[in-house]
Amino acid sequence: MALITTDRLTKRYGQVTALTDLTVEIETGVVGLIGANGAGKSTLIKLALGLLPVTSGSATVLGLDITTDGAAIRERVGYMPEHDCLPPDVSATELVVHMARMSGLPRTAARERAADTLRHVGLYEERYRPIGGYSTGMKQRVKLAQALVHDPELVLLDEPTNGLDPAGRDEMLGLIQRIGSDFGISVLVASHLLGELERVCDHVVVIDAGRLLRSSSTADITAASPLIAVEVTERADELAAALRAAGLGVVAAGAVLEIDLRDESTYDLVRDSIARLDVGLIRLERRRHRMAELFAVPAEAAGA
Amino acid sequence: MPDPSAKGVIHDLGYRHYEGERLGRAQIVRALYVDSAKGAFGIGRSAKSKVMPMLVLGAICLPAVIVAVVASVTHLDRLPGGYTSYLVKTQALIMVFVAGQAPASVSRDLRFHVMSLYFSRPLQRVDYVAAKLAALATAVFVLCALPLTILFAGALLAKLPLSEQLPDFSRSVGGAVLLALVLAGIGLVIAAITPRRGLGVAAIITVLAVLAGVHGIVQGIATEQGNDSVAGYAGLLSPFSLVHGVQHSTLGADTVYPASPPGMLGAWVFAAVLVAVVGGAFGALLLRYRGVRI
Repeated sequence: MALITTDRLTKRYGQVTALTDLTVEIETGVVGLIGANGAGKSTLIKLALGLLPVTSGSATVLGLDITTDGAAIRERVGYMPEHDCLPPDVSATELVVHMARMSGLPRTAARERAADTLRHVGLYEERYRPIGGYSTGMKQRVKLAQALVHDPELVLLDEPTNGLDPAGRDEMLGLIQRIGSDFGISVLVASHLLGELERVCDHVVVIDAGRLLRSSSTADITAASPLIAVEVTERADELAAALRAAGLGVVAAGAVLEIDLRDESTYDLVRDSIARLDVGLIRLERRRHRMAELFAVPAEAAGA
Repeated sequence: MPDPSAKGVIHDLGYRHYEGERLGRAQIVRALYVDSAKGAFGIGRSAKSKVMPMLVLGAICLPAVIVAVVASVTHLDRLPGGYTSYLVKTQALIMVFVAGQAPASVSRDLRFHVMSLYFSRPLQRVDYVAAKLAALATAVFVLCALPLTILFAGALLAKLPLSEQLPDFSRSVGGAVLLALVLAGIGLVIAAITPRRGLGVAAIITVLAVLAGVHGIVQGIATEQGNDSVAGYAGLLSPFSLVHGVQHSTLGADTVYPASPPGMLGAWVFAAVLVAVVGGAFGALLLRYRGVRI
């Protein structure tokens, strides 16, 4: 089933155009929405919630029209805002129970679901304390819990890793992956960081300045033409020249050389070239194409 | 067979989907209304937030309890003070309650952007406004009606004739309904404009106290100079005197102010202004919340 479909969706705020002729079809699963700040990610999410009037075009979420069925969509969708949205003087439990009730759960069910959901996002004893004393990581978990508490079919997460340290970021990404795989809830997760979404998403949609750059499965993007990454102690440029002379495609990415992997003989060629130059080998690893290259594509296209 | 070595291990039961009942929009609004109304007395909130409303509730009931006890013990032939004047005499307490609870009800949600969490749910903006307004009005009504009921109970215990007491009591309860609507409307509008709670408290107290003061001065001067019409219409200046005027001229209660709405026209004007204040407050709140971005 299509999770979200948009057809020439356009949104303007006065003179500012946030989304332009966006046509995309997103299937169920964990979907990454990638774009720089101001690319239109948050606008797309708010449109999907049926909370903003559409300038032109149309869109559906879970098969429901965003202009006419907003309330029905919001019954079946959870939303985690990008900004702070937690009152400091109540506990996580109180807030999540209240928000469960605001989603239509009866009182007893709201209490049970709130306790379960907070446990799933990793908040235990601290959930009885006022939110004002929480760390950023704990606050993000509470925001996620309130989006999940009514067991939606889809959660819209706007920059869920914002402000988290690397460990917290990993935990949040792990949680997002579990929401998709273990909970069976589809996820649309917006981020400006490509690397992190690559790990957890089945599908990515890339938007830039309100336009669709690319929409494809993560496997398609990252599986194509494998690379090996090589890092040597010195004279990397000479190594690159030697390998190019041997007919291999080589791209220098900082201190690391990315070499197109043709077949097993490529490894031998690399090893022999390094031995001939008599430099130390720090790293030799198999690597997939990175999503970062997605952004390189339009830049080249624009230049061509 | 259970593994004995697994004792004390917390098992991750995995995620369970919710298959139970989901309530509709009307019941969600009702839940918000009930929680907010209870919240105005601190019920379901921290111990700290119970202190102020409970103190005010105790303070406003205390004179009523004393009157009721004195009346029933000494077998008075009428209640000292009466019902209608009770809320006028205790208006400072009612102001304190509204000033404390209106910001507690809405400022926090606005200041900390909690509205995004509400509006991403089935609830509509008008639902939130209606639930909050009805909840605060209910709380103010309870605050006003409780001492009146204590007075009424005291009157019955003192074996005062029911046929005399009941109409007076009913009129005062009707007045309490109107007062609750007017004060909740004014209080919430001010609280929603000033999301900082302390500022909201101060602003509401100031507005209510200044209006009451201005009313007293204008009515006093007009009465002094014998201008009955101005003295009468001066009642429109303060929420308390406005409701009191409607209570007197439309519901037929006795009055404690030196001047009342003049004649039939005055009665209509007072009633119309009261409806306009409540309706205007609702409209202003809707407008305010329409501007809240998620």
